[in-house]
Amino acid sequence: MVTLDRTRGYRVFQGINAVILTGVVIVTLYPFVNIVARSFSEERYIVGGQVNLVPRGFNIETYKLVVSDPMFWTNYRNTVVYTVVATAIAMFLTTCYAYVLSKKHLRGRTVLIWVAVFTMIFSGGLIPNYVLVNSLGLTDTIWSVVLPNAISVFNLLVMKTFFEGLPRDLEEAAAIDGLNTYGVLWRIVLPLSKAVIATMVLFYAVSFWNSWFTAFLYLNDGDLFPVTIYLRNLIAGATGAEAAGAGLAEASAAAANIQAVTIMLTVLPILAVYPFVQRYFVSGVMLGAVKG
Amino acid sequence: MRGQEPFDDTGPTSVLVQKAEPAFPDPVGKTLPNKRDARPGSWRRALGRDWQLYTLAVLPLAFFVIFRYVPMLGNIIAFRKYEPGGSLFGETWVGLRYVKMFLADPSFWNVFTNTLVLGTLTLLFCFPLPIVLALLLNEVRNSKVKRFLQSVSYLPHFLSVVIVAGLVMQLVSIDGPVNQLVKALGGEPTAFIQKPEWFRTIFVSSEVWQTVGWGTILYLAALTTIDEQLYEAARMDGAGRWRQIWHVTLPGIRPTAVTLLILNIGTFMTIGFEKVLLLYNPLTYPTADVITTFLYRMGVESSNLSYAAAIGLFEALVGVVLIVSANLISRRAVGTSLW
Repeated sequence: MVTLDRTRGYRVFQGINAVILTGVVIVTLYPFVNIVARSFSEERYIVGGQVNLVPRGFNIETYKLVVSDPMFWTNYRNTVVYTVVATAIAMFLTTCYAYVLSKKHLRGRTVLIWVAVFTMIFSGGLIPNYVLVNSLGLTDTIWSVVLPNAISVFNLLVMKTFFEGLPRDLEEAAAIDGLNTYGVLWRIVLPLSKAVIATMVLFYAVSFWNSWFTAFLYLNDGDLFPVTIYLRNLIAGATGAEAAGAGLAEASAAAANIQAVTIMLTVLPILAVYPFVQRYFVSGVMLGAVKG
Repeated sequence: MRGQEPFDDTGPTSVLVQKAEPAFPDPVGKTLPNKRDARPGSWRRALGRDWQLYTLAVLPLAFFVIFRYVPMLGNIIAFRKYEPGGSLFGETWVGLRYVKMFLADPSFWNVFTNTLVLGTLTLLFCFPLPIVLALLLNEVRNSKVKRFLQSVSYLPHFLSVVIVAGLVMQLVSIDGPVNQLVKALGGEPTAFIQKPEWFRTIFVSSEVWQTVGWGTILYLAALTTIDEQLYEAARMDGAGRWRQIWHVTLPGIRPTAVTLLILNIGTFMTIGFEKVLLLYNPLTYPTADVITTFLYRMGVESSNLSYAAAIGLFEALVGVVLIVSANLISRRAVGTSLW
């Protein structure tokens, strides 16, 4: 019997599949190629609609211009600081709570789990959160950015599932040897959990690195902005000018140039680490999907 | 079989409680407290044994209470007048004044319609396309090529929505590639980002671009768990490729698909509002403005916080109704549910 993999129909399908998937790759990568081309192009070529795959009038003047803006670096540094601080806080809280939730004998565990899971179904919403952060006096401080989203329930459940899968014998032996709960968590459980911790750190770090809306809501001082807000303001400025129809050619061309470079400089760190960390993300998602 | 495992003797009294523990994993904590635990005095016993564990829960609980549950209660300002600088929970009862106000506001019904349309379109494209892409990727035999394809298609997921919005703006700008194509085909360049009739296309395309690749992960994982013998049996019965996909592959990934559908429906109401906020402008409000962006402008920009809270509460309640009913329907219909 001839296996169906060899039939002509299947070969035709493989051909079509190859074409479709090549199309997917092109569509996914094209915006990046275009932005690279734009970032190195002279503005008159961009305005003329002549920049597509390769830079026209190659130059790095725009890069020099953006890099020479002290505000850009201030905001970039803020992004780094917010990401580090927020990730540290998030990891501390998530690890502690996940460990508690992973103890099946614990009385009140069900309630503790539902305290977290319920917030996935129903959230207070934008306005009450805004009012709360204002009332707490956190506005225009780093805390308004790093505290309100400190625990992601998804990450919490991933970690809890992982902790539940750890062998109990080691913990028990350590407890018999006289380690208290904190000691067991710190010396026994965490060293066994390096893989999941790496994944969680990455999940949190990327989400904080990319976040902009919390900062947009709670920060008014430009010196405190993360770089995402810097970029957002460039984009908003550009659309504002276009929408008003004022000085269209001149204003939006300069902005397009600078926008392209700013996008490049913001996206570069992500692209640089992406190939190395991608598999951790995939494994993290799998871990979280154990239930589903 | 799990009953054979050693008990978790963290203290001298734990054996009693341990024995009463259910013998199956309990991922979201559906287990009801058992009778032994309900005995008076067992809380004191639990505290005595596990107080260190409970202390670990204190800070996380404080987080949930302050940043999740207080805002939930803070929704009370939908029915109480909030004064800037005043109490978190408002000053005086006004009953349903703000609810009546937004129900009578034509702008509200406009953004309500826009939310439904954008949400439906997004769901229509962003839910099935990952399944299709996963099936196509699954047919790639060369593992290096497959890994490359996966890496590329996951990439957009890692970008900030601000960057995605920036890329979109450049692509559809008057001098961008889309208009270059339009010109090459003999058309007139259009400022797409200012045209209400183009907003939905732009939004949904960018959403597809960013989410479809990453969305394949769980399906690809589910595909690898399908028993090869099922395909073998189907072939024996004379099933061609299409029939194998229909009768073996699709049923195999159904639980994953249903779970993801419920999750998608759960975020239906708030979907992509950050991107809307970045991409829209007053010219495109007629199609682009959604509930969350509207209440953002009402509340944060115009300081009508009580009015905006009333709309937000409505939005959240619709979201809960959607996810709970989706969960219920799927449990009844296909036996898969989130809880």
